[in-house]
Order: sequence, then structure tokens, then C-alpha cells
Amino acid sequence: MTALTGLTKHRLFWPVVALLVLLLGDLIASPSFFKIELRDGHLYGNLVDILKNGAPLILIAIGMTLVIATRGIDLSVGSVVAISGALACLWVSDNPDGVGTTLVAFGLALGLSLLLGVWNGWLVAVLGIQPIIATLILMVAGRGIAQLISGGQIITVNSHSFEWIGSGFLFTLPGAILIALAVFVLASLLVRRSALGLLVEAVGGNPEASRLAGLRSARLTWLVYVFCALCAGIAGLMISANVHSADANHAGLFIELDAILAVVVGGTQLTGGRFSLGGAVIGALLIQTLTTTVYALGIPPEAIMLFKAVVVLAVCLLQSPAFRRKLRGRQRAHPVSPEPAPAPEKVEVGA
Amino acid sequence: MTTLTRIKGYRPQQRHLPILATMALLIGAYIFGASSYEAFGSGQVVLDLFINNAFLLVVAVGMTFVILTGGIDLSVGSVVALSTVISGDLLQKHGWPAYAAIAVVLVVGALLGAGMGALIHFFEIQPFIATLIGMFFARGLCYTISTEAYSIDNATIATLAQTQIPLGGELHISISVVAALIVVAVAAYVLAFTRFGRTVYSIGGNAQSAMLMGLKTGRTKIAVYTISGFCSALGGLLLVLYKSSGDPLNGVGLELTAIAAVVIGGTILTGGSGYVLGTVLGIMVLGIIQTLITFDGTLNSWWTSIITGALLFVFIVLQRLVTRRTR
Repeated sequence: MTALTGLTKHRLFWPVVALLVLLLGDLIASPSFFKIELRDGHLYGNLVDILKNGAPLILIAIGMTLVIATRGIDLSVGSVVAISGALACLWVSDNPDGVGTTLVAFGLALGLSLLLGVWNGWLVAVLGIQPIIATLILMVAGRGIAQLISGGQIITVNSHSFEWIGSGFLFTLPGAILIALAVFVLASLLVRRSALGLLVEAVGGNPEASRLAGLRSARLTWLVYVFCALCAGIAGLMISANVHSADANHAGLFIELDAILAVVVGGTQLTGGRFSLGGAVIGALLIQTLTTTVYALGIPPEAIMLFKAVVVLAVCLLQSPAFRRKLRGRQRAHPVSPEPAPAPEKVEVGA
Repeated sequence: MTTLTRIKGYRPQQRHLPILATMALLIGAYIFGASSYEAFGSGQVVLDLFINNAFLLVVAVGMTFVILTGGIDLSVGSVVALSTVISGDLLQKHGWPAYAAIAVVLVVGALLGAGMGALIHFFEIQPFIATLIGMFFARGLCYTISTEAYSIDNATIATLAQTQIPLGGELHISISVVAALIVVAVAAYVLAFTRFGRTVYSIGGNAQSAMLMGLKTGRTKIAVYTISGFCSALGGLLLVLYKSSGDPLNGVGLELTAIAAVVIGGTILTGGSGYVLGTVLGIMVLGIIQTLITFDGTLNSWWTSIITGALLFVFIVLQRLVTRRTR
């Protein structure tokens, strides 16, 4: 019993439950949902698809988590996705096909993403502009920059080495998910095995106090925006490689909302402070599962938004302590004895 | 130093600085436009700013209430779209009289807002997420009602849309502008002079203290989202007047424009400080950026968004510098 209550108290419990319930629903509605095939040494199936197509969202959610942990928000990730994809596709289409070309394209795209992150971070950390407005500037202008790079056209590419990052396989698994996993492990090690995560939480908890305590708040804030843009840049490469083209107008459109949703569903508060990278990954998987479910179950396109709204609402209500308290209060007619003060939550070492 | 400042005489109040900065920038932009383009100097350009942005102004006023409490409302764009689609459906498909349809639209908008407010207050769901759900929900309703745009040719709507109110000379405004200005005036009065308005500010300042003071914070929170929903619905109706159509794709990204207008107008996103007048100026800033780009006329679509971003940047940084220097 105590083990069970301990489990339900864990902050990742409800997101994981929601994910499992959604998958269970899929299994009931369509028994072949879980079928995984091994074809040409590659795994195929809906579950693999969720991982593969979810990789960009997972990456962006990881970057977004750190930004949100510092009380910030980054609306420009969608534009960074478009810019990174456009630049990489432009380079690949203008140069002879080959691994070298692809690597240079990746380097250029990620370099530019880094610069964009530096710009966002400069606006927020140095000029002190409110994050939502500071990143809105790049969100608006970024689509234009992406179109400028691509000359207003959709650039299609035909390069095997380039497409690998989106749809390639390694050890029978999609390459994209391995990259996302690598970024997740690296970021987790970096924030939880060093003091970095603690410092980020301190800045989010109270920027002024942490500055007075001797933390370089501004530099840390700057750093998380650069990291977030870098994640978005990698995601942009994956998205454009996946569809063999760069669409400046539609690549990564509204991905910032999905990413923020993923972070919040994963248990990180938008008010900053404590964060959970693992939660963000689960949140991203939940959202991707939702999308895959919609297509796998053949829900009519006009009902997709409603379906999404209802599921997200259910997940958020489940997660809300106030909702669970009210639900419990209704089950027991008589008033319950006041709940014991919650034990201080364990500080999580692993992300 | 103190005597020096005293000798210098008038200094604007700290809390008025952002608005004054925005106003100065706005006048600067207008003078720049008037000196660059001959036609820009006519008064009708200023009035057109209002005519073209009346619906946005109403939406942004609702958003101001929400942001003053420290919340945010991402659903406004979808609610605007939903209002236009419901109007189209009721007027064109079911042949309702215009005023009945208008009443239904306003009630639906207010109810949606109240629902989101209830989620935020009773279940402590973060405003960003609760209204994001509302955004999906309203947009989803749009698509379920109709996947295609309605063209609205109702006689009453057409009369309302085409009526021009002359202001002497060549100048004129539309009914939408009058409606928007009434909303602005009522909102400004409510925020400044009523108990409800002061509660809105105090929640933004410190929700905990406001509650401990015995203010009705829960009721007020739900009310501001209801107001925002109502204003979005009204904004949707004004958009129907402006475009004579009900399109489920209306108002995509409108929420960010509204938030940007509120923030450029000097309201702080954490709440507790800001004015409706600032929001009006914020809308004017965004409008004048668009007008300048239109007058230039040589920019293609991607340069338009880059220049919009750049001008947004210039405005925000200048405002930031002005408010910082005088501190």
C-alpha cells in the first residue's frame, strides 16, 4: 500500500498512466496497433512510428523544459525548425551529393540555430525583454528568414546521407530516435550530475535572489535559450529530412505549442523552478501518440482538434491535485480528516 | 541630485512611462510615414488604423483584463474564428435574424471563457494550458460546424458593415470603430473606478494577498476569462462585418498579435500593472507597422514578415531603453 501511494505521488505517475491508457485505448480500438514487423532488418509499426515521428518534438521539449525552468518560454522554435531545414536543404541541393556535403549542411544549419539562440538569449538575458515577446520577434521574422533562404520555394532534396537523420535506421531502430535519446541522456547527465540543473532551478525559482547569491543568472538564462535553439535546429533537420524537403511556411508550424504542452503535461510548471526532463519526454510521446492514434483510428480530420482538446483536458485534470481532491471528496459523503502534510518530496537525482 | 530633480519640475510617474514611450514612438512612426509618403499624412490613414483593427482592438481589450490578473488567454483567435463560423452557420444555413445570431455568438463566447476560467480557478490548471485546450476546442468546433468558409449576405449585417459615419471633411469611420471605442471606454472605466477593476489589479499584484484581504479572487478570475471570451466573440462579429464571411481559418495566430499589442502597450505579463489605453496604443503600433509596409508596397511576403519582426524589435528595445534611462 505504501509502495503504491509512493508510486502515485511520483510526479511522473499521472503522465505515464495517461500514456498507457491512451495506448490501451488504441489496442482495444485496433488490435493491430501494436504490431511490429522486422523488414530488411528495420523495425516497422505504429509504436516505432510514434518514436520516430516524435523525435523532433522530444528534442524541442527537452530544450523547452530548460527554458521554462528559468521562467522563460521560447515561441521561436517553430521558426528555427524552418530556418535550419531550409538552410540544410539549400546546401544539399546546391552541392554534389555525398556524406561530406551533408555534414557541412548539418554544421551550417546548427551553427545558424546557435546564432538564433544567442539572439533570443541576448534579448531576454541582456536587454531584459519579457521572454514571450522577445521570442515572438524571431517567431514572426523567422518564417520570413526561412523563406528568404529558400527563395520562397519548397526545396526538395534527394540525398541518402541527408535523409538518414529523418528516416534512417541504426541497430534496427530509427536514427532519429537514437539522436533524441542521445540528446536526452547528455542533457540529463549535464543537468543532474553537475550543479547546472540546480542552478537553472534556482534562477527559475527566484532570478534576483540567485543573482544576489552569486549565480550568473543572465549567463545561465542565455545558455538555455541557445540550447533550446540548438535542439530546435536538430529537430528541423529531422523534419525536413523526413519529408525530403524544406517548407519554410509549414515546417514546424505550431510545434512550440505542442512542445510547451509536452513540458507541462510532463509536470514542469510554467512559473519556473523545478523541472523534469523525463517528464518532457513522456509528455512529447503522449502528444505524438495522440497524433498517431488519430491517424491509425481514422478519426475524421475535422474532429482531430476536438479529440485532442478532450484528451489533453482529461490528462490535465488527472494531473491536477485540486481535481483529484474534489473527486475524492465527492466519493466520500462525510468530510474526511485533514490529509497529513505531504512528506517533502525526494530530490530526484536522475532526470 | 534630489534638488536637481525637483528643480527640473515635471517628471512623468514611473507607471506611466511605458505608455508615454509607446506614444512617443507612435508619433515618431507617423511623422516618419508622413514625411516619406505624401498620402500618409491624411487623417484618414489614422482612422483607417482603427477601421482595419477594430476587431483586434476589442480582442486585445479582453486580453488586457486577463493579463492584468497575471493570466494569459491563448484561445482568443479560435474563439474569433468560432464566432464568425457560428454567425455564418446561423445566418446563411438556418436563416436566423441577425440580432438573434449576434446574441447567440456573444453568449457562446462568454460561456467558453467562463469554462476556461472555471478550469483555472477550480482545478488549478495553469492559464496557459487551460486556454490552450480552449484554443484547440474552439478551433475543433469550427471544423465540426463547417470545414468551408461561409459567405455572409445577410441584409442587416450588410447595412451595419457599410454604414459610414462621417466626421467632417473627407474623414469617416465605421460602426465597428464605434463599437470598439465603446468597449475601450467601458473597460477603462471598469478597471479604474470599480471594485471589480481594482480586484483585477490586486490579483495581478499578488493573488495570495488579494485573497487574504477578503477580495473575491475566484469570482474575479472566472470573470476576466468570461470577459475575454465575450470580447473575442464580439471581435469575431466585428470581423464578420469587416470581411462578410465566416471562415474556420480566421484568426490563426491572432492570440499572439493581441498579446503583443497588450505588452507593447506597457502591460506587464506577470500582471498588476498596465492600462487599456496602452493596449489601444499597442494596436496602433502594430497597425502602423502594417500600414508602413503597405505604403512601401515593394516588399514581398517574406520581407514583410522580416520587417515586421525588425520593427517590433525596434519598438520594444526603444521602449525598454526609454523606461530604463528615466528610472
